[in-house]
Formats: sequence, C-alpha cells, structure tokens
Amino acid sequence: MPDAENAFKVRLSIRTALGDKAYAWDTNEEYLFKAMVAFSMRKVPNRETTEISHVLLCNVTQRVSFWFVVTDPSKNHTLPAVEIQSAIRMNRNRINSAFFLNDQTLEFLKIPSTLAPPTDPTMPIWMIIFSVIFCIVIVAVMLLIFSGIRQRRRKSKGPSEVDDTEDKCENMITIENGIPCDPLDTKGGHINDVFMTEDERLTPL
Amino acid sequence: MAWAGGAEPHGDGRGDKRPAWDNKGQYLLSCLGFAVGLGNIWRFPYLCQTHGGGAFLIPYLIALVLEGIPVFYIELAIGQCLRRGSIGVWTAVSPYLGLGCLTVSFLVSLYYNTVLSWVLWYLLNSFQDPLPWSSCPLDINRTGAFEAECQASSTVSYFWYRQTLNITADISDNGSIQWRLLACLAASWAVVYLCVIRGIETTGKAIYFTALFPYLVLTIFLIRGLTLPGAVRGLIYLFTPNPGRGVQTLRNPRVWLDAATQIFFSLSLAFGGHIAFASYNPPRNNCEKDAVTVALVNSLTSLYASIAVFSVLGFKAANDHGNLLRLLNAFDLPDQSISRDDYAAVLAHLNATQPESVARLPLEVCQLEDFLDKSASGTGLAFVVFTEAVLHMPGAPGWAVLFFGMLFTLGLSSMFGNLEGIITPLLDLGVLRRSVPKEVLTGLVCLLCFLSATCFALQSGSYWLQVFDSYAAPLNLIIFAFFEVVGIAYVYGMPRFSDDIACMTGRRPGLYWRVTWKVVSPLLLLTIFVAYIAVLAWTPLSYRAWDPQYVGPLGATGSHFGPALAFPWCHTWQDGCPKLQEGGAS
Repeated sequence: MPDAENAFKVRLSIRTALGDKAYAWDTNEEYLFKAMVAFSMRKVPNRETTEISHVLLCNVTQRVSFWFVVTDPSKNHTLPAVEIQSAIRMNRNRINSAFFLNDQTLEFLKIPSTLAPPTDPTMPIWMIIFSVIFCIVIVAVMLLIFSGIRQRRRKSKGPSEVDDTEDKCENMITIENGIPCDPLDTKGGHINDVFMTEDERLTPL
Repeated sequence: MAWAGGAEPHGDGRGDKRPAWDNKGQYLLSCLGFAVGLGNIWRFPYLCQTHGGGAFLIPYLIALVLEGIPVFYIELAIGQCLRRGSIGVWTAVSPYLGLGCLTVSFLVSLYYNTVLSWVLWYLLNSFQDPLPWSSCPLDINRTGAFEAECQASSTVSYFWYRQTLNITADISDNGSIQWRLLACLAASWAVVYLCVIRGIETTGKAIYFTALFPYLVLTIFLIRGLTLPGAVRGLIYLFTPNPGRGVQTLRNPRVWLDAATQIFFSLSLAFGGHIAFASYNPPRNNCEKDAVTVALVNSLTSLYASIAVFSVLGFKAANDHGNLLRLLNAFDLPDQSISRDDYAAVLAHLNATQPESVARLPLEVCQLEDFLDKSASGTGLAFVVFTEAVLHMPGAPGWAVLFFGMLFTLGLSSMFGNLEGIITPLLDLGVLRRSVPKEVLTGLVCLLCFLSATCFALQSGSYWLQVFDSYAAPLNLIIFAFFEVVGIAYVYGMPRFSDDIACMTGRRPGLYWRVTWKVVSPLLLLTIFVAYIAVLAWTPLSYRAWDPQYVGPLGATGSHFGPALAFPWCHTWQDGCPKLQEGGAS
C-alpha cells in the first residue's frame, strides 16, 4: 500500500509539539484519526456515507508515521487523491486540534497546508513607534531650547557674577624675594607692629 | 614655578566660565561610554575566536599595557592640564594635528550614526510578534511560493540585505535613496542632538542611562544565554585555541597586529573626544587612576560581551538540527530519539548498515565554524547571526528589543564622544560669536553631519560604509596617535609634562610611564602603521558585496589617507585649509 496511487503518508511529531505532555500513539489514537478523516470526507458532497471502516491505515512506524487510503462503500477501489486532498485541507484545523498538533507537527506529505493570507496592516508597526519616538524627541529638543533661551534672558537681566578665582595650577604667583606677592594685595593686610601709634599702645582709662 | 608659556590656560575662547562635570562619576562614565562601543560587542569576540580564544588574550593584554594605557593617559592628562579641545591642545606641537583629529571625528560620526540608524530600524521592527525576519514574504504574484531570493539565502539575510538596505550588487551602482533608512537616520541624529544640545550639561545626564543600560542587558543575556542548551559548546569553542595551533598563534604576526589595532580602536584614541572630556575636569584630578580604570573596564567589558555573545551563538548552533530531522524522517525513527550528542554515533551506525539510503540524504556538514565564517563580525553578527539566534528563543520580540536597545545605547554613548571631539575644539576656536548660544552650534554640526550622511541611505550606502570603515579612519588615527605621543615626549618635553602631571595628580610619572611614552608606544605605533601599509599593499582593496546570485568579494579602490595626507601637505605648503581628499572608487 505505501506509494499506492491514492495513498497519503502522514507524519506526526508528538514529542516535539508537546514535550513532556506527549501521549503515546496507540490503536485508540489511530481510531480517532480514522474518525477525523471520515468526518472530513463526509463533508464532501456525494461522500456523506463514508464510514470509519472505509479508512485504512498501514505501515505504522515508531516515528510516528503511516500511510492511509479511503475506500468507497463497496471497498473495491480507493477514492481519488484530489478529493481526499481538498477534504483534508478544508478541515485541517479540526484535525490538528483533535490531536493538539499544528501544521508542522502533523504533516500530510503531498497535501500542502493553506497559508494564512498576508496581513498588510494599514500602517506598519514600525512607523507608529517611529512617529512616537520622533515626536517625543522633537518636543524635548524644543523644551531644552526654550529653557535655554529663558535662562539666558534671566542671566542678562540679573547682576553680573563675580568671576571666582579657581584653583588653577597655572595661577601666576609672582614671587619677589621669596615671599608670595598675593597676600599683600588680597588679604586683609597685616598690621606691622612697628608702626603702631602711641595711642594704641597705651590702654584707655 | 611660573608658567612658561603655551596657549593661554584660563577659561575658554568664549570668555565665560568653562562648563564642568556635575560629579566625577559623569566624567568616568562618559569616557567609559565613549570607549565601550559597538566594536566591543561585534569585533572583539570575533577576533578572540578567530585567533584561538585564550591565546589571543596574551597579545591583547600586552598591547593594552604597552600602547593603550600610555596613549590614553597622555590624552586625559593633556586635556585636563591645558583645558582645551584637540585643536587648542596641539597648537604647541602642530596646529594641523588637532584639525586632523577633528576631521577624523567628523568622518567617523557620519558612518557611525548610520550604523545606529540601522540598529534603530531593527529596534522599531522588533515590537511585533512574529518578528518580520522570521519568515519569507510571499512571491509578488502571491502564487503561494516564497520570494526566490529569500529562499535561496535565508529569511534573516533577506530581511537585512533586501528589506532593510535594498542593496545593489555593486558599489558603482548607487540606486535610489531609501526613504525608510533616511527617516531612521534623521531620527538618530535628532536623538544625538537632543543629548548633545548643551554639551556636557546634557550628555552628562544622558550618559547615566546610555552607559549603564548596556551592562544590564549584557548581564541579562549572559544569564539567559548560559541557561540555553548548547551555550557551553559555544564558550568552549571561544576559548580553545585552534586545533593544532596552540602556542603557535603567538608566532603569527597577524595576531599581534590585530590585537594592537583592536586595543587602539577599542579605546577610541586619537579622536580628540577624550581630550575634550578631560578638559572639563577640575585641574587637580588624578587622571592616572582614571586612565587605568577606564582602560581596564573597557577590556573587561569586551571579555564579558564575548562570553555573552558566544553562549548565544552556541545555542544557535545546537538549535540547528536540520540533519537530525532528515535522519529521523528517512529512517522512521521515533521523534526526538537522536540528541545532538548521539548524532555522530547514530550516523556512523546507519552508514554501516544502510549506506545507500544515507548517501541519498542531503546531509549538511554542520559545524560552528560555518556560521562564524558567514561574517560573524561587524554588522553580520548583529543583523544576521544574532537575529536568527533570537528567533529561536522563547519570547523572541522581547529579546530582540533588548538586544537592539543595547546596541543603540552603546553606539549613542560613543557618538557623544565623537561629537564632543568636534564641538569642543570649535567652541574653543570661537567660530561663532559669543552672543550665539551653544545650541545653535551643536544644531549646525548635527545638521551638517546628517546632510553629509544621506549618501549612506542610498542603496549602495552599505558598501560606502565598509570602505570608510576599513580605509578612511584606521590609518589616520594611527598617524595622529603617533604624533601625539612623539609630540608630548619630544616636542613639548618630558620634564615639562612631568611637572604638569605632578601638579595635577600630586606625584611625577614613574619609570613605566616615561619609558612607554618615550620609546615603547611610538615604536609600537610605527610598527602597526608600517604593518598596516604592508597589508594594504599586499591584498587588493576590496569590499564584500551582496550578489543576488552569490555572495563574494568584488574588487574596488576606495578612499583612504584623506585627512592624514592633508596634514603633512599643509605643513609643507603652509596652506590654511586642509583639502580633504574625499573620494569614491577611482
């Protein structure tokens, strides 16, 4: 029966799909499969009388893979491949969900799955996010520029600040005779005792 | 000791107080952010693996100690001491050295931000499930088949080369402007402008996020990567030396050249950015400690990133089980019965029992080397290899957002350094009147850069970028760094420099510094320069092109020596303006 004219090979990857929750493939599961195929065929006009017994499976391997055909009520010949193909494609979703699998893990070789129609959103997502980011950036830039202008206006109106003398390495410390000149200019000045007046030496009465 | 001359050290050219960092942390993070860039993620891991992992670290560390840290220290010290940008600082050596640094910073900003705009494009596209690079788009006629070009290569390559770049087959074929890339370019320049608008006042705030976020994401990726299956394989692959080479890697001069150039570009030396950052420091600051700290953290980051990257790459390799499926299907073996480790044994067994069936199977030779050969460095790593790896991780859009967000912030912090290397010297020169606010200058610079960079949004833009990246910047930077070190050690004078350092840090530079500055670093830089020229002369100048039929290198002559040639020229002819020899394929 393998490679017969109207036979299809099916391949399941249960462990890939379900991991630990994988069920074992036994005759009951095969019965369910036959039932799903029969159900799909019954939906085709002219084939409403398909029974479970008309679906034949063979060559079940450990993979899990097997071949199946659908015979007609007289069990003399098999139904044409085209009909089975279209029937399975119509009900692919129901068959997949009966086994908790999807198009990749429940493969019908030679039956291509119908692809979802390409979704062309009116506005691609990236454009939305781009506009959001761009607007935020522009607003922030404007805010910074305006706050800068305001700061400058306030500074020009306010009193001019004194330039603080920073602690610079390169500060010119003019040195004369080994004494730093700075203290003579900026500090409050030392009073030279020699030139104290007579009055200050004598305590007042 | 009285100050004996040189440029006037007080304030800046505009007459008001020079801006300063809010705290030391901002300064360190800025230098670190500038040094740590995209190269740490996608250049170092590739080099590390190509030259046999553990063995590569030895020349890398030697180069760091003999070349990287000394030149870095010079830059920070001279910037902090003279408190000017690159042009002001090098007036004592040569006025055109600073101008050269500025020009290189400008050119690098152009193409660096273009790469950032690509990252931004991917980031914007990551906010959807399923990710757009996970599947091929349908044929134009929607007949049910996928696009031919996509099927011939892979979904990720197709998304990168066709849907993002829309690349042409040749550099001479310019194609049209890609308006999506142009919009992303405008957005990234807007973001850069937002952060640089008031100089270090604004970058100092932004740097907290842009410098620290990548470390957070790297840690997340590291933890996630190490828990993924196959990660350990990637790490073992990274650190084991190439089979049969072992210690011999050290005898290969190519390894030393790669290590020296990698440390040089990784620290972003000779751009003028570090000089600019240091010029905003208070004069009494221990720049020696800063230099050593930042350089070491930069190298550690490279190592950290390579572990994260390779654990994900190892996972990607382990995930590629096309061969396993073929074996299972052909011989109807139970689902998932062959694990990756059993593959070799099972294949041998089957080959022995049923050789004809095995021979008929289209089994690929799957090795980790294959991905890495398919350009797992540079843009190839980020946009092709890593994006594919992310597809297989559960919660792919989240990981993609994190990854591209990290790349964007990494690049952004480096851009700050590049732009400060341009803006600070211009401010010091006083190109605009004092009444004109700083925001105008930064705006003009960003606008000029954006307009100049629009050529990269052409269809052949990626090729131009490759040419720029390979030939325009590296040679010039090495020359500038050489002249920086020689200028300080011999023209400015070591005694004078030692005095300045003593004033700033509190003690004179030790023997190690003086020896490296006077002898070792200049020699090393000269050697690298000569070796680079030799390599350039030996191999035909080329760039990797995307041929819709086949990917292969095509020959081209590109521009290089642009700003550097101008420098000695101007010196001889006393010309005012350096003429840039910008050029395309000739």
